[in-house]
Amino acid sequence: MSAISPSAAAGAGLVASKLAKHRARKRVNAFALVLALGAMAFGLFWLAWILVETIRLGFGGLALSVFTEMTPPPQADTGGLANAIFGSLVMVILATLVGTPIGVMAGIYLAEYGQKTWLGSITRFINDILLSAPSIVIGLFIYEVVVARTKSFSAIAGVLALALIVIPVVIRTTENMLSLIPGSLREAAYALGTPKWKVISAVTLKAARAGVITGILLAVARIAGETAPLLFTALSNQFWTSDLTAPMASLPVTIFKFAMSPYENWQKLAWAGVFLITLGVLALNIVARVLFRNKH
Amino acid sequence: MDAKTLLPETEKAKLTVRDLNFYYGNFLALKKINLDIPERKVTAFIGPSGCGKSTLLRTFNRMFELYPDQRAEGQILLDGEDMLSRKLDVSLVRAKIGMVFQKPTPFPMSIYDNIAFGVRLFEDLPRAEMDERVEWALKKAALWNEAKDKLGQSGSGLSGGQQQRLCIARGIAIKPEVLLLDEPCSALDPISTGKIEELIHELKSDYTVVIVTHNMQQAARCSDYTAYMYLGDLVEFGPTGELFMKPKKKDTEDYITGRFG
Repeated sequence: MSAISPSAAAGAGLVASKLAKHRARKRVNAFALVLALGAMAFGLFWLAWILVETIRLGFGGLALSVFTEMTPPPQADTGGLANAIFGSLVMVILATLVGTPIGVMAGIYLAEYGQKTWLGSITRFINDILLSAPSIVIGLFIYEVVVARTKSFSAIAGVLALALIVIPVVIRTTENMLSLIPGSLREAAYALGTPKWKVISAVTLKAARAGVITGILLAVARIAGETAPLLFTALSNQFWTSDLTAPMASLPVTIFKFAMSPYENWQKLAWAGVFLITLGVLALNIVARVLFRNKH
Repeated sequence: MDAKTLLPETEKAKLTVRDLNFYYGNFLALKKINLDIPERKVTAFIGPSGCGKSTLLRTFNRMFELYPDQRAEGQILLDGEDMLSRKLDVSLVRAKIGMVFQKPTPFPMSIYDNIAFGVRLFEDLPRAEMDERVEWALKKAALWNEAKDKLGQSGSGLSGGQQQRLCIARGIAIKPEVLLLDEPCSALDPISTGKIEELIHELKSDYTVVIVTHNMQQAARCSDYTAYMYLGDLVEFGPTGELFMKPKKKDTEDYITGRFG
């Protein structure tokens, strides 16, 4: 220290200046911390409120009949959401099954093959547009292309609309997750004489697996709550149906219809439905985290 | 530089590099390299950053072909067969010339599968033989004792030094003839480095080893031959003892005595 300080006087001045800087830094730090905490509290406040309301109003409406009985007419004493739950499950699962392979493969193409090609750039650009397209636009599109031609609302149309929402989300996350895999891992795989398809399938995709599956689950969570695209496609159905060419009930559309109604039994069921969707999405997230904890 | 770099008569050349030019786009990164790598010996490439030593190493197994703007011209002969020939499948080149990188790169799978992965690309072995091969490779890489009880666990759970030995085991499991090591110890602590250097010493009884290193002491410790490179030129090549004790070129002397670099 003394070797650096030119003189004792200048040294004292330096120490004072360092202390002043130190205090200023502490103030800025405290300020930034308060801002960050405030932002977090603001976000958490609304989230907690939503959750509390959902649980308060939804949990009370839960009964075995919700799972066993069909959606009731207004002001009936009994009734449940069985057909809507079933319809949501069927359409969400099918849409995921249709959208995931397409999304993952397109994501692989963008990250591993088409990084610098014009086809890759165009695909990426269009995918970004699709990603931010309002879901009601997608619903209208499927209405035009499928419903208007077949002259019938149908579960198939609903599945297609939901799949169109899944695809861009999965493409984007797959590409991002694969791009995060360090080039050194790819090089190491190639250095063993591994062919490209095998490098991708056995090494990079595997390394990115947790991220890719998280992306798929995010997409599932998103379509589980989508209402607009189903309004124009699957519409709704008061009854149980497993016929994919017929209109099919779903939780979001049923909630939409029931929550806006003046009938108390419908409102109660709407809250139960909201609670179920929230619970389902939460469970999905927890399952994903548990599954991919401490894996290779 | 010399037109030919000849080995002493007692050595047999495993890799023969002739008039090798290498380009990153338009930039000439290796200038007319001529070099003979002796069989079952350790050859070290030294030189300051950017001199082309890693680039040279990466031409041997055609690693550069992954990047469209990189290209090599000239000849790299392995026992007389041109490795740069378009007719030769790159997988076969890499099966003969293995490589270990600077940072340990365990694959996202178990320790066992990390090693079996490469073997399965070229051979269909019954389970028992595969077990033997995995054990053999891990023993060769001095990792068996530490890993034998956790073959089913993830490779990324090992320490950095163990991961690097896993990568060496993975490289030798496919039984290459040449092993390229690209600064294999630069991310490791001194104890792990010591283990890898010991390992390199043992590997040369079966393999031709080429190592790129930033560390001159390491080159002096574990190599039989050393090549000093500077700005894309091979400045001097010779037995390690001679190159370090009485270098023929002034540039080499300046570098190894620490006057520059």
